[in-house]
Amino acid sequence: MKIGVVTFPGSLDDGDAARAARIAGAETVRLWHADPDLHGVDAVVLPGGFSYGDYLRCGAIARFAPVMDSIKAAAGAGLPVLGICNGFQILCEAHLLPGALTRNQHLHFRNRDQWLRFTSVEGVWTGDYSEGQEILIPVKNGEGCYVADDKTLDELEANGQIVARYHNGNPNGSMRDIAAIRNEAGNVLGIMPHPEHAVEDLTGPSLDGLGFFTSVIKHIAGVKA
Amino acid sequence: MARVVVDVMLKPEILDPQGQAVANALPRLGVSDVASVRIGRRVEIEFEGEADLERAREIADKLLANPVIEDFQIKVEEA
Repeated sequence: MKIGVVTFPGSLDDGDAARAARIAGAETVRLWHADPDLHGVDAVVLPGGFSYGDYLRCGAIARFAPVMDSIKAAAGAGLPVLGICNGFQILCEAHLLPGALTRNQHLHFRNRDQWLRFTSVEGVWTGDYSEGQEILIPVKNGEGCYVADDKTLDELEANGQIVARYHNGNPNGSMRDIAAIRNEAGNVLGIMPHPEHAVEDLTGPSLDGLGFFTSVIKHIAGVKA
Repeated sequence: MARVVVDVMLKPEILDPQGQAVANALPRLGVSDVASVRIGRRVEIEFEGEADLERAREIADKLLANPVIEDFQIKVEEA
């Protein structure tokens, strides 16, 4: 069971994402942005940070990294992909998820523990959660305001692709309080807050983030069985 | 050398909090007759030979602008 974590120039949370995957029980493989080889991983995490310095737009340049061509192709064939924060921005720029992440409406960087409520737990990254469940994990972003046109938002809602919404306060002005969405097939998930920072008592506000990693591990085990 | 200028702007329906912040600062300059401010990005592309508008359009569409939230305009700048 191998979970790959990509490091782009400017990634910050790749270490924590790999650590979370390891705590959840997976072997972790560090993937490099310039290497198109996915090294046989069963799932990929695109971590948070500021890939390529957030130049142009967040995620706009990372999208053209050699590793992203492989990830796009593999995601189309069902490879589980989780994009956290900057990873979510990259997934939107790469058109693996609809919409875009824009500057927080109040222009302030928000860094706090944030409640989310799951609105749909179908898909490979959320099987260990239940619909309506509330979790507390850190959020930290300057460009986390999810934007899409009404038609796209309606479709996301109708298809159950809105995975989680902000609860007890929207930290960035995201449309319809969207914190996490998934693709139609359910293997690609983008989330703005940071589940990988909530997997240990010592450093996190909860252990609520671990479920994303245990969910995908169970999913992969099921597929392989 | 030929220069092509690409102007990238947020679509009108997308909120521009930066522009709003600038607009809100204008009264402190004594300016009170500005209805709104929108902030975009100007990109200058220098081609080695002739200006290639088609190529510039492709660059703008695939990289410089995100069509989900932004529009762009392209023009050749005369030397």
